Amino acid sequence: MSKNLRINNKHFVDETRKLSFTFNGKKLYGYKGDTLASALLSNDIHLVGRSFKYHRPRGIMTSGSEEPNAILQIGNDDALTEPNVRATEIELYDGLICNSQNCWPSVKFDIGGINNFLSPLLPAGFYYKTFMWPASFWEKYEFFIRKSAGLGKSPTKQDPDMYDHRYLHCDILIVGGGVSGLMAAQIASDDNKKVLLLEDKELLGGSLIYDDSDISKIDNQKSSEWLKKLIDNIKKNKNITIKTRTSLAAYHNYNFLLARQNLTDHLSVNDRNNKIRQRLYKIRAKKVIISTGAIERPQVFHNNDRPGIMLASAVKKYIDYYGVRCGLENIIFTNNDSAYETALSLHKSGTKLNAIIDIRDNSSSEIVKQVKNLGIQIYWNHTVVDTKGYKRINKVTIMKLNDKGNDVIGKKIDLNCDCLAISGGWTPMVHLFTQSGGKLRFDNKDNIFVPDKTNLDQLSIGSAKGDFELDDVLKNSIKDTKKFLNIENSNFDKIDVKCSKEKEKKNIWLLPSDRPLSKTKPFLDYQNDSTAKDIKLALREGFKSIEHVKRYTTTGMGTDQGKLANMHALGIVADTTNTNMGDLGTTTFRPPYTPLTFGTIVGRNVGQFFDIFRKTPMHEWHVDNNAKFENVGQWKRAWYYPKDGETMHDAVQRESKAARESSGILDASTLGKIDIQGTDANEFLNRVYTNAWSKLQIGKCRYGLMLNEDGMVYDDGVTTRLGENHYLMTTTTGGAANVMSKLEDYLQTEWPELDVFLTSVTDHYATASVCGPNAKKIINKIFKDLDLSDESFPHMSFKEVKLGEINCRVMRISFTGELSYEINVEASYGKYIWEKCIEAGKEFNITPYGTETMHLLRAEKGFIIVGQDTDGTMTPVDLQMDWIISKKKYDFIGKRSLYRSDTVREDRKQLVGLLTDDPNEILEEGAQIVKDENKKPVDMLGHVTSSYFSPTLKKSIALAVLKEGKQLKGQKLLVPMIDKTIKVTVSDTIFLDKENERING
Amino acid sequence: MFLISCPYCGERDQSEFVSGGEAHIARPKQPTELNDDQWAEYLFMRKNIKGIQFERWNHVHGCRKWFNVARDTSNDKIEKIYKMGEQPPKI
Ligand SMILES: [Zn+2]
Repeated sequence: MSKNLRINNKHFVDETRKLSFTFNGKKLYGYKGDTLASALLSNDIHLVGRSFKYHRPRGIMTSGSEEPNAILQIGNDDALTEPNVRATEIELYDGLICNSQNCWPSVKFDIGGINNFLSPLLPAGFYYKTFMWPASFWEKYEFFIRKSAGLGKSPTKQDPDMYDHRYLHCDILIVGGGVSGLMAAQIASDDNKKVLLLEDKELLGGSLIYDDSDISKIDNQKSSEWLKKLIDNIKKNKNITIKTRTSLAAYHNYNFLLARQNLTDHLSVNDRNNKIRQRLYKIRAKKVIISTGAIERPQVFHNNDRPGIMLASAVKKYIDYYGVRCGLENIIFTNNDSAYETALSLHKSGTKLNAIIDIRDNSSSEIVKQVKNLGIQIYWNHTVVDTKGYKRINKVTIMKLNDKGNDVIGKKIDLNCDCLAISGGWTPMVHLFTQSGGKLRFDNKDNIFVPDKTNLDQLSIGSAKGDFELDDVLKNSIKDTKKFLNIENSNFDKIDVKCSKEKEKKNIWLLPSDRPLSKTKPFLDYQNDSTAKDIKLALREGFKSIEHVKRYTTTGMGTDQGKLANMHALGIVADTTNTNMGDLGTTTFRPPYTPLTFGTIVGRNVGQFFDIFRKTPMHEWHVDNNAKFENVGQWKRAWYYPKDGETMHDAVQRESKAARESSGILDASTLGKIDIQGTDANEFLNRVYTNAWSKLQIGKCRYGLMLNEDGMVYDDGVTTRLGENHYLMTTTTGGAANVMSKLEDYLQTEWPELDVFLTSVTDHYATASVCGPNAKKIINKIFKDLDLSDESFPHMSFKEVKLGEINCRVMRISFTGELSYEINVEASYGKYIWEKCIEAGKEFNITPYGTETMHLLRAEKGFIIVGQDTDGTMTPVDLQMDWIISKKKYDFIGKRSLYRSDTVREDRKQLVGLLTDDPNEILEEGAQIVKDENKKPVDMLGHVTSSYFSPTLKKSIALAVLKEGKQLKGQKLLVPMIDKTIKVTVSDTIFLDKENERING
Repeated sequence: MFLISCPYCGERDQSEFVSGGEAHIARPKQPTELNDDQWAEYLFMRKNIKGIQFERWNHVHGCRKWFNVARDTSNDKIEKIYKMGEQPPKI
């Protein structure tokens, strides 16, 4: 290392642990405790990236989450690489690999840099303008924009890391472990509150912990020494849970907050094995204290973005915390006293400070007095008008301000430097406060927005509330915390604080220059390359709302959400339009406060844990017998059982033939089942189904159709009367939960007088459905004593029978049109009864069939599937199911809607059958049906809802919904596809066994 | 995410509940007596106000009970929770 940038003996960095890392292919060294940024700076590297639009060289500017420039690609593994990581936040680890983003071919020579010279062609709203006019313009520029835009590279392989979610509950959540947060934690815990303290850095203490000045004292001790003792106490305190490396991402209503903890990102890659990488905390806090501090603002002047231009507070932190000099020839440019702390740190560390430029006339504070006494040259009432140095600043040009501060006068003075520390004052971090719905108030004295009104039980303290001087921070934090927690006294009540007090204040949002504005580049948003010029252009073009100005200029729309840019943008809008900043309002801060990885958001819910899945008691058998599964709601249902390399089509043809010719067996356990009991159960069924239930005898089953109050079909299923006041309702697989909720809703809110109790028993029973001409023989083999004659056990009836100790409910009902029995047993016997059926059916070639074959078999019979042939716009009349609407019943759910003017229209879409002219042509479900392809625009008459090839009928069949379908039977229509047009004829919906003879075997 | 105090179970996370929309819209006792406009009034028309709104909520992943909530739609503050069949509070 040629330059001596590392200052020894800083105890926050462990110089006994040297770490190597690679930046743009070059091997470098830093120490444990460094951030990537401080390690780069100690190697004299400022230039780390190129700006987004103009590709200007950019350097590390800050030391925190507000960093707009030092955004790097970490790692080079296809699965683990991470884009857009702030070098100022990531802790250095051994073997870290990082690369610059947004530059090609290299950060030092970037072809996109030509945009810098083309910048008159890339004004505010450039992108929007190319979108709008002329259309061909966008086509030309799209490739160029897409190639040059975009920050990092996403990983291309699945993330192998583990992530975790955890709930936390506390009395008091404190966000930010600086001095005010720490004191609040101590006060709350002294009051026996359960405290949760979050700190996004590795160490507690905020900026006071590395403050080495002699000016500020707490109880006559150096403030950092006093703070260390407080931290030691807090760490021992059992009431206080501390989570470091944990940043708050989102503050939602009702004090529900999300925080992300980094658990392994600071470890070398080898030390991360089998550890959880990041954890998302879901926090419920009774009260929240926000002590997130403030961030320093830059100043806005021509060429204020060169590498080597940094925030003054960052320069101080790199010296006092990391022991790293950011330059050997420093200049400070400020409008306030806080930058003089940086001056003292530079001096104390033996780092050369060439000059201070201050836009104020003077400052009479204690700290400025000390700096003056050191003999450092201060240019009062001056401003920077230009800087030089392409890849690193080497010169600033300053001029005197006029009395009004809106122009510069006198002659230019050039000053040499390799680091310019700038300070434009401080902005409280109110992001979380506003995220939570809090309203801000503008403080004219300090030109800041501060927390004002909130609906939540929360408090902002310290510089997050707008207190910037140590005595205000401490005393107000104590006072406000006590009031917030309703406490009379605290151990801090007699605290004695000494600090320098700032008396002179001056703020100029856009500093004047000797050049016209159009010839300058005063940057506001470094990441998005928006300048003061762009803001003024947006205003000239008629954008008035700050939200519109933001989007038009893209100010504040980067990954940093404009943490540095927003106040200046507002200030310039206010100045230009002669508005009070308080009246202008701010743009909205949205969660997350800092970006979250997808892994953290998803946590453990990946792969098979992405969603719950439900398995029937027979699931294992299906797996053992090579079933393919389909998802129906959360259920895994056997879809088809391919044999010897069969395709799905082959398997379905074989399964459905077997079911029609001998016997098939279906796992119907997923159907929703609701046990209904009570003296009014019968009346209840009358009210929820369209048909009549009064005459249903015990031991009999009936099909029912359920509507919504708007008259549209909601669900269907068979209900069996088990006893005088006892019914078992079945629902569709997907609709079970909703039907249950809907029925509960009516019972609890509309008809509380009915004596009816509903119990969901879907999971309690398993159902095997045996169908086909040989079904009776198979059932007879299993239940030898059961009388299966049509007289004793006719279609749509039910018997209770025992198989050994097992209670079986056998229903003779059919969804295939074949003779069919459904055996219901307690779920734990499901697999047993299934295997019993398979065994008994062996001699009849009993064939297990899945949902696909079930759909085909029912389609041959024209039975609807709610949700496939209906879509929430179909009435029973539309479905040609008029027969199921009781004429006698005075009322049922949806009845009145069946004769609204809209539902009685003749030209509604209605369910029909479709036959293709070519019997081997199978229609695609969802395909559109038209009459005339040539008349433009083409009238869409409807669409195909179900379509199959029937092996029994040896032709293709389909169900469809069709405008005026009932009138169109026999009509020839067209189904246009991408490569051909299929001719179809409208038919009846029942394709097979119209006389219902198969039902009796 | 709100916290909702179910009148039967106590305070629970919002994710355990579903909202059933505006409360105190009784199903007409004699729907057949209503003309299309009157029926549509019951079926479709909802106030959707900014401010205190009376709503139905169901503790669907808990006791499955329905109850009423007076909620300020502008800030999601729940002013009052009361059981089905009870009159809306004066707020
Ligand atoms: Zn409950």
